[in-house]
Amino acid sequence: MDSVLIYFYTYKEAIFIIVLSIYLGIEVISNVPSVLHTPLMSGANAISGVIIIGGIILVGHSDVTHFSAGLVVGIFAVLFATLNVAGGFAVTDRMLEMFKKKKK
Amino acid sequence: MDKILTTYNGQEFTVGGAILEFSYLLAAILFVYGLKLLSRPETARKGNFWAAAGMVLAMITTLLLHTDAGGNRIGITNAVVIIITVAAGSVLGLVISKRVKMTAMPQLVSFFNATGGLASALVGLLEFSNPHNQSLLVTLLGLIVGSIAFSGSMIAYGKLDGKIGNMGAAYMKYVNFLILAGLTVLTIYILMQPDPHSVGVFVYILFAAALIYGVLFVMPIGGADMPVVISLLNSLTGIAAALAGFIYSNEAMILGGILVGAAGSILTLLMCKAMNRSLLSVIIGGFGGGSSAEGDEGGTIKEISVSDAAILLAYSKKVVVVPGYGLAVAQAQHTVHELEKLLESKGVSVKFGIHPVAGRMPGHLNVLLAEADVSYDKLVEMDEINKEMETTDVVIVVGANDVVNPSANDHPGSPIYGMPIINAEQAKNVIVMKRGMGKGYAGIENPLFFRDNTRMLFGNAKDSIQKLVNEVNTL
Repeated sequence: MDSVLIYFYTYKEAIFIIVLSIYLGIEVISNVPSVLHTPLMSGANAISGVIIIGGIILVGHSDVTHFSAGLVVGIFAVLFATLNVAGGFAVTDRMLEMFKKKKK
Repeated sequence: MDKILTTYNGQEFTVGGAILEFSYLLAAILFVYGLKLLSRPETARKGNFWAAAGMVLAMITTLLLHTDAGGNRIGITNAVVIIITVAAGSVLGLVISKRVKMTAMPQLVSFFNATGGLASALVGLLEFSNPHNQSLLVTLLGLIVGSIAFSGSMIAYGKLDGKIGNMGAAYMKYVNFLILAGLTVLTIYILMQPDPHSVGVFVYILFAAALIYGVLFVMPIGGADMPVVISLLNSLTGIAAALAGFIYSNEAMILGGILVGAAGSILTLLMCKAMNRSLLSVIIGGFGGGSSAEGDEGGTIKEISVSDAAILLAYSKKVVVVPGYGLAVAQAQHTVHELEKLLESKGVSVKFGIHPVAGRMPGHLNVLLAEADVSYDKLVEMDEINKEMETTDVVIVVGANDVVNPSANDHPGSPIYGMPIINAEQAKNVIVMKRGMGKGYAGIENPLFFRDNTRMLFGNAKDSIQKLVNEVNTL
């Protein structure tokens, strides 16, 4: 029991963020009309490309003057994350544009 | 080096650091605000824009202001490398997203999801070998979840694109369980090492095993379950990004990732509910089988000619179209919109009744019909359209099957019993457009086809609707 309490106390900030973010996610998404399921999923998908920040930090602080396997992997991480972000937001916009123009 | 503002608990706080953290807060707020706007048709496009703005903001401030443990900013050469990579990725992403046909949307969403998962996996792989990394548990979990999301999404992409068929076998669930157990044991083993960094090779094994698990996990899942799987994979990518966020104590990553994870999970459960199935049974794969609802209706199939169907439609007051995956396959969305406009011009009210799991991803048919210019207020959800069924003159079922199967309501022995359906049978007349007498995904007979008020119109959906349009035009 004590170890659970200690664990909670040590990581209290992280636990607060996790719990409140989950709640926020549920609150924000509930009652979405099914018309918007695809764009919502696609837009959320683009947000998960936030991993790009990790990629930028990695490549940003690695030695780029020398070739290394790690550098290549890092660059690929940034590239794939960018694909996720740029492609994801662009395709969502394209879908939503279609919804938009029929508004009478 | 930045000007040091103050020292607190031995940590130095700088102006740049403060601005960076503040920009992350702003980015996180923009993600939440964007998602909120995305959940309403009127504001959705703005929402997407603001979420994207949050992302760009976080990327720029990270590039300009992030410092390593020694307080060094990102060097110029590094920044150039990053900017070139981001530019290349953006161009590629934009081109792909503009070029791909609307009918290929489910594949595309899966593909972008895969790239996000892969990026998370690669970040996890690299961070594990970083000797300063104090959060090895989240690093490994991020690596595992990201890898599963990547390979799973790629298989989903292949399946949706028709490149990969179903591979289901009864022993698959045991294999999957074994791999999952293996992943857990290996993760614990690595973390128990006095120096986990020394067992790097095990991390590669973990990476490979997670990739294989992703493949095997999606492989047996059939077409109609795709909406569930896609939302689940989407949620996994979010969780992977959030886990990576803990490595960097980066709140924008944590919050963004968890938001996506939560949204994806809700969508997954919504899809499961719409099919009256548990998430577990979708993952294990296959419908229960065994007690199948045999066609005990004993009725006969009655066909209808195109001209009779045209007359029936043209002299109706209210018509409801129930589209299914067959409409997407036949790419009949434009033709069906033509029919809708034509009937409306003759004073017939036309609506579309859309089942939540119709198609291959959540909201699939909504997007297709929107592409064809069908106004979104004509796209009616299942519960709403069911209230109107009894006053509907004609229901046209286009390439849908299980979602209108009345066995779900009144046949307790049926594998789909309990699944909410669109009650097409309550309408005065039902026209079912089908290519042949094939069974739906669940592989069961559909008593609707044998009902007295049902007529079948066999043929490719697009051709049949085109003929209908021509015929109605001559009336």
